[in-house]
Amino acid sequence: MWAYIAQRVLTSIPVILIVGVVTFSLLYVAPGDPAAIIGGDEASPEQLEQIRHQLGFDQPYHIQLGRWFLRMLKGDLGTSIFSKREIRELMAPRLQPTISLGIQVIFLSALLGVSTGMLAAWKAGARLDRGLMLFAVLGFATPGFWLAFILIWGLAVNLRWFPVIGYSPIGDGIIKHLHSMFLPVLVNSVLASAFISRITRSAMLEVLREDYIRTARAKGLAEFRVFIRHAFRPAAIPVITVIGAAMASLATGFVVTERVFGIPGLGRMLVEAIARRDYPIIQALLMSVATFYILVNLVVDIVYAYVDPRIRY
Amino acid sequence: MTSGKTNGKTAGQKGSGTSNGASNNGPLLQIKDLQTYFYSPGGVVKAVDGVSFDLRESETLGLVGESGCGKSVTALSIMRLIPDPPGRIVGGQVIFNGVDLLQVSDAEMRKVRGSEIAMIFQEPMTSLNPVLTIERQLTEPLELHMSMTRRQANARASELLEIVGIPDPESRLRGYPHQMSGGQRQRVMIAMALSCNPKILIADEATTALDVTIQAQILELMKDLTVRFGTSLIIITHNLGVVARYANRVNVMYAGKIREAGDAEDIYGTPKHPYTVGLLQSVPRLDVATTARLAPIRGEIPSLMNLPAGCAFRDRCDWAVERCAVDDPPLLDVGKTHTSACWEHARVELKKRVAAQ
Ligand SMILES: Nc1ncnc2c1ncn2[C@@H]1O[C@H](COP(=O)(O)OP(=O)(O)OP(=O)(O)O)[C@@H](O)[C@H]1O
Ligand SMILES: [Mg+2]
Repeated sequence: MWAYIAQRVLTSIPVILIVGVVTFSLLYVAPGDPAAIIGGDEASPEQLEQIRHQLGFDQPYHIQLGRWFLRMLKGDLGTSIFSKREIRELMAPRLQPTISLGIQVIFLSALLGVSTGMLAAWKAGARLDRGLMLFAVLGFATPGFWLAFILIWGLAVNLRWFPVIGYSPIGDGIIKHLHSMFLPVLVNSVLASAFISRITRSAMLEVLREDYIRTARAKGLAEFRVFIRHAFRPAAIPVITVIGAAMASLATGFVVTERVFGIPGLGRMLVEAIARRDYPIIQALLMSVATFYILVNLVVDIVYAYVDPRIRY
Repeated sequence: MTSGKTNGKTAGQKGSGTSNGASNNGPLLQIKDLQTYFYSPGGVVKAVDGVSFDLRESETLGLVGESGCGKSVTALSIMRLIPDPPGRIVGGQVIFNGVDLLQVSDAEMRKVRGSEIAMIFQEPMTSLNPVLTIERQLTEPLELHMSMTRRQANARASELLEIVGIPDPESRLRGYPHQMSGGQRQRVMIAMALSCNPKILIADEATTALDVTIQAQILELMKDLTVRFGTSLIIITHNLGVVARYANRVNVMYAGKIREAGDAEDIYGTPKHPYTVGLLQSVPRLDVATTARLAPIRGEIPSLMNLPAGCAFRDRCDWAVERCAVDDPPLLDVGKTHTSACWEHARVELKKRVAAQ
């Protein structure tokens, strides 16, 4: 098991290197002169040259890349061009909203998706199954922005059950926090739960056709035990994959969600940084997202191994 | 059949069966006019259509026939494990311990499965759950049917592995199926099937997927253990050599029906149905020294979807007469314990094998 984990960790190193090179290079060739932004409109060419030299922008590409990587490895994300403050410091207050949103979305969509998928598989072909799958299809087909609009209009503007906009940090009380996050969590969970639900159902139905399920029945086990003990774990592999993919896709989904619902998270920070061409922030955030992806993958791989002994050995 | 039908008696009573079957020599299991159909968009597949036979205490019964003739469906119908939909047992009786298993509740039926009637399947590689330990899979029926505690069941599981000839059972128990070979997995399946001392073991092509030497070992093991435990055995196979060696009685199935039934010697020595003759001549036999050429049965197995009137075998039959096209023959007595569903059974005989020139 440990050998397996170690191997997974090792294989993610080249991935992070490649992502780093790509992230750095994209911004290296991107239009716009950071020195001009830092220096402001009145800066003379000499001053600009001075700034470039200070920041190392006059060095060749590979030197810049190497220096940048070393800093990242040390955990130094750099300083913002715009505010001149340390990026780590800028990110700290943004972490809570985004992480909280992510955890809630994953939790809700896994819970909803797996339970409805199991229920549909248990009642396969019956009316309940068809009803649940109709919901799932609707969940797929509904564009997130449209759903957000409808929910804000219905539940927040008209019924006033939830705030239209405005984030309440955990420090102000957990209930208040969850309440303020309810709509964005819901909007982001719809697609993922629909997906997880369908995959859970089809994975369960597939496993239920396996020979070893027939063996379990031939032992005289009750159908519910067959379902839970013999079918659920083998069916979990594709479900875990989809939950992992849903987590990964959150990172991009939040850019929009945080803007729509006025949540002061990392997604908003990225949008603002792009608008200001604050390259160090963009680089730092992209690297954080990439690291997050890799971590998710690692966790998914480890959970696979836990679920399926054939992977473990 | 002196025991008759005792109403109100449960089918799944452990230990109550011995007094019933053995003392009066009545059949342990009686299949009467079993009909199992599959409903597909294209029509109804009559996979088993009017099958009747008896199984006696400690007897080994062979069920043979080409692929698709309904052997597995017969076995699964006895266990009531036909996938529904698309399949359904539409008629007949499966009388075990004086109770019709087709009439009892699902809960009653579960007490029979694995406990009174156990089954081993064709595919050893896929018949064990890949994510559960061997131990867990072996102890499950023991806890369920024998009311053992986990500890007792674990001890028994280790014994069982030893009995079926798996070395180092303790460490095997903690392992998973993928760490075992096909033969070993089938041994585990046998251990599992016999764990609750069932009265009947159904082996549905239990050795087909294994290589020849392992096949013989597994068959010997099954035979030994069923003799040792007094278990009746139904061996389902294409392999007539297997049946010749192990079975007391043989049912030959074709297109959902039994076409010939008799003692093994009669089926092999004096077959009275053209299909049986065809089978015997199309299969290499290790028990008959010969340089003969094999003669596969000509023609193809008819679709079970729309069987025409008359005998289902007539298009492939060398003995067919006009009557065969209109009248499907029932099983006719051709000996004291020998029946054949052929109008021309008196003419049918095993042809001399054509010696290879
Ligand atoms: N789940 C199912 N759905 C539809 N038809 C089925 C199903 N299972 C069996 N059948 C049909 O029932 C018929 C008998 O199948 P069965 O599995 O009993 O054959 P068999 O004699 O065991 O053959 P084999 O030697 O290949 O195992 C086949 O023609 C098949 O088409
Ligand atoms: Mg079969």
